[in-house]
Amino acid sequence: MPDFSKYGIGNIFIYFYELLGWFLKSQLNLPAELAGVIQTLVAIVTLGTFALLIPIFTIWLERKLAARFQDRLGPNRAGPYGLLQSFADVIKLLGKEDITPTGADKWVYNLAPLVGVVSVVTLWAVIPLASTMVGANINVGVLYVVGISGLGTIAIMMGGWSSNNKFALLGAFRTAAQLVAYEVPMIIALMVPVLLAGSMGMQDIVNAQANSTWYILMAPVAALLFFITSVAEIGRAPFDLLEAESEIVAGFHIEYTGMKFGMWMLSEFLHAFTIAALTATLFLGGWHGPLSSEAPILGIVYFLVKTFLAYFVVVWSRSTFPRIRVDHLLSLNWKFFTPLALGALVVTAVAQKLVDTYLPGAGDAMRTVALFSANVLLVWLVFELIRRSARQARAGAEGGYEEQGEAHHEEAGHGGHETQAEHSPAPASAH
Amino acid sequence: MVPLNWYLILAAALFCIGLFGVLARRNAVAILMGIELMMNAVIINLVAFWRYLQPTQITGQVFAVIVFAVAAAEVSVGLALIISIYRRRNSVVAEEMNLMKW
Amino acid sequence: MTVSQILFLVVAAVMLISAVLVVTLRNLIHAALWLIATLFFVAVLYVLLDAGFMAAAQVVLYIGAIAILIIFAMMLTRRVMADETVQINSQWWLGGLVAAAAFVAVAGLLNASAWPGLPAVDDATITNSIKMLGTQLTSPDGFVIPFQIASILLTVALVGAIAVAGEKK
Repeated sequence: MPDFSKYGIGNIFIYFYELLGWFLKSQLNLPAELAGVIQTLVAIVTLGTFALLIPIFTIWLERKLAARFQDRLGPNRAGPYGLLQSFADVIKLLGKEDITPTGADKWVYNLAPLVGVVSVVTLWAVIPLASTMVGANINVGVLYVVGISGLGTIAIMMGGWSSNNKFALLGAFRTAAQLVAYEVPMIIALMVPVLLAGSMGMQDIVNAQANSTWYILMAPVAALLFFITSVAEIGRAPFDLLEAESEIVAGFHIEYTGMKFGMWMLSEFLHAFTIAALTATLFLGGWHGPLSSEAPILGIVYFLVKTFLAYFVVVWSRSTFPRIRVDHLLSLNWKFFTPLALGALVVTAVAQKLVDTYLPGAGDAMRTVALFSANVLLVWLVFELIRRSARQARAGAEGGYEEQGEAHHEEAGHGGHETQAEHSPAPASAH
Repeated sequence: MVPLNWYLILAAALFCIGLFGVLARRNAVAILMGIELMMNAVIINLVAFWRYLQPTQITGQVFAVIVFAVAAAEVSVGLALIISIYRRRNSVVAEEMNLMKW
Repeated sequence: MTVSQILFLVVAAVMLISAVLVVTLRNLIHAALWLIATLFFVAVLYVLLDAGFMAAAQVVLYIGAIAILIIFAMMLTRRVMADETVQINSQWWLGGLVAAAAFVAVAGLLNASAWPGLPAVDDATITNSIKMLGTQLTSPDGFVIPFQIASILLTVALVGAIAVAGEKK
């Protein structure tokens, strides 16, 4: 039997990995290389299965949460508290007729949901679950995450094109435009934890947060920006113009029925949970918590707690904000999020350099305070600029009714959601 | 252990397949796809040379990254031109772009 | 035949088959999808060459941006939804001859010279390669000038593409 005492407490994945390796080498007498390959394959299948089993729970959770936000109960018939609702849905979807529209490109049509699911499940390979449990500890983890998001865009375009349906094609175009546009501030916001940790590897970023403070305190603007642009990347409310049923007739997956539609839904819900996991890893400290280095099982617990917290915020924002119009969507991205992301990156780099030059012996608390105040300065600057432009628009519109409508439109377009509260008391004071 | 000339022959094969695509296709976007294959062959060459000749110096990868940027710039301008041509002439077949032929 | 050689041969074979499909398929959207497959296998080849950053950058830039751009351009420049016209022009045999001749010439030259073997490189160099890449791209006695010129080139290309392809109102 392998010696389990040299691994930490509760290092369950490594226990099973080593047990399988011992079994293959000593009991079945396989050569070491072949045993290694089989071990890796089993590990991949386990991680993939774990990732695919998550939506069963999170779909139920989301339906219950969204229902409570809307002052109703949510599913409570299938099983106790509606826990078996996901199983009932899957059985229903499996029983539906599997239609392929006439003139559709068969191979591409059937492959698109598969690529969509694959693009989300493979994201779980780089997310560190504990101090010793990460699928693949590559040193370009952040860039890998960005690349896989691009693969998801390709899946949507494949689905929209191959359906031989003009609405699906339009929906696919709009979706691809939105996804590609929102990747830009997401990538720039992702550079901020890379800058603070000095490495692109996810495990290195979490270790750096374990040694200093969580990056949400050091770079709150970047954290918020990454969160918002990720919500836009997964096509969720308030950015769900592309697949809302009242809009473009459900967008790119209009022609999909049965289990293929189920796979699109699976990829969307899993993606929501995955970006919550990414936010938790990059900004909330991942698996870090008290005693997490000695007992890796606690690392998994902390990681899941933080991920569910971030996922709760995703569902909360879905139930709270109205849908953004498509032209507001893109102008919000190019005129507000991209300059803000660039500003956050520059401010973080400059503040980091200033702390290194003028406070050479600074501890973590000092550095956190300096970076946090730099971020507060940036936010104040942004608010000032918005306030000034809104004041100009309002001053130019005094006295004209239709111009006043345009100023309100411009205010709503420039503001973005977090400044909406700033504006409602302001008109009272201006008049 | 894979010898270096295997990588170079692979890059040459990819380059020649791209060359065939450029020379033999009618649609301008398909010609651009052939050009993309040729650029990829070039970058494979650069990275293989970096790995086999100077793996401790990062200069080879810097060269490859700059070529990446140039390839991206070139394909975006090329596609913009193709879309502009499509708007005027309603066709992207390369043989029909013959206004300047004698 | 070591494991790495078998792996290389498999990846190379699949990549070349995808590339041939890119340049011969009649359905251009399928050709674009096979281009995505080819670019993905090129990224796998970079992983085999211990260039992790290049592999990730290949997926991000080529598949995530350039391939999507090509698919968009293809969808925007079609006259009918299902386009099954012949996609090979009348001089394809000459093009094939030139390409084959070029390949034979280059492969013959490559096989005629002696090439060095694979130098062993320790893990620290591989893990630090990104740091070294970043330092070289931004240090004044490194390659900051080519890097900045490349970024100016990209900005010029961006502005030029918008100017050329934008709607004239």
